[in-house]
Amino acid sequence: MGEIEELRKEADSLKDQITAARKAVQDTTLQEAVASITVVGRVQMKTRKTLRGHLAKIYAMHWGADAKLCVSASQDGKLIVWDSITTNKVNAIPLKSSWVMTCAYAPSGNLVACGGLDNMCSIYNLKGKDGNVKVMRELAAHTGYLSCCRFLSDSEIITSSGDCTCVLWDIETGTQKTIFAGHQGDCMSLAVSPDFNFFISGACDFTAKLWDIREGQCRQTFGGHESDINAIGFFPNGNAVITGSDDATCKLYDLRADQELITYQDSGIMCGVTSLAPSFSGRLLLAGYDDFNVNIWDALKAERVGVLAGHDNRVSCIGVSADGMACCTGSWDSFLKIWN
Amino acid sequence: MSGSSNLVAMKKVVQQLRFEASLPRVKVSQAAADLQQFCMQHAMQDPLLTGVSSSTNPFRPQKVCSFL
Repeated sequence: MGEIEELRKEADSLKDQITAARKAVQDTTLQEAVASITVVGRVQMKTRKTLRGHLAKIYAMHWGADAKLCVSASQDGKLIVWDSITTNKVNAIPLKSSWVMTCAYAPSGNLVACGGLDNMCSIYNLKGKDGNVKVMRELAAHTGYLSCCRFLSDSEIITSSGDCTCVLWDIETGTQKTIFAGHQGDCMSLAVSPDFNFFISGACDFTAKLWDIREGQCRQTFGGHESDINAIGFFPNGNAVITGSDDATCKLYDLRADQELITYQDSGIMCGVTSLAPSFSGRLLLAGYDDFNVNIWDALKAERVGVLAGHDNRVSCIGVSADGMACCTGSWDSFLKIWN
Repeated sequence: MSGSSNLVAMKKVVQQLRFEASLPRVKVSQAAADLQQFCMQHAMQDPLLTGVSSSTNPFRPQKVCSFL
């Protein structure tokens, strides 16, 4: 018993040390540092395309690396690969389980993945020899729902789960290479760093964690949110992390200063953030909310500079294409919209 | 049984906290300046920020005029 008490005391003391160390480098705030720059002018985007075809709520979408194709997942039990420019459906893949919560496009364009309440991550080969899209691998080991997945390459994928862990998989062998444990609540979302060396996860324990993929270790933990973190993304330079939460706010955490730099909130916004994506330069932060809208924030000044209103139900997913040319939103209204 | 697994779990927590506490940290002024600089440097290549003219917008087909 005595040893646990000692460890508890050491843990508390270390937490205080971390708080003090963060304060010690807080020689200014982001707000003060950018006081002299002006807020971005009002951003007005229009719906350029509407992707119609799903028959039920869309839960996830992900752009392909070519900034043209994208994949979406709906609880109508389908994964659809779209040509966002022509609005044609390139592939319509029927799923074994319709309870899908996430999807991902491999950087190569060869594979897509999805998963959900089946606790599995299913990998599909889009470029099979006979032209048919088939399940290539079913990655099963999680003991909770699959909330998010992201490819590192055609041979590795990272998943986050309601079982509170994230896993790095070897797709070829279908085995777990590394288990990233540490969150005290369901892992809801993950994002891979631009250099592919790290990934971040957001969870229902209200924290975000930065993980070293090769070392298998959690390097940093960020708190401050007052509810579940549903969405997470890297600032494009890879040095900061943006989170979106059920507490109706988004936060920016800097990795090198190891602390929150700013909160994106407005007294008029009282509903949860479901999804987020930064623009190409990072200056704009697009965030989807439960109230059917996407708010566009000036990421440096933390002011709202625009709204994308066009969906008739919750915006569940959002993504900015790799060349920054367009933003895609997916909604429970069963449509995807392309905006710029 | 649960006593010893609690001990193992607690040791892991302390180990993790020791690691996180030992990280080098950069001043917020430096971090903020770098974020701002990145935004400025890439602003002109950010179509959602600068706006896209219809002639360069792949999502907005140009209407072709023909002279009769």
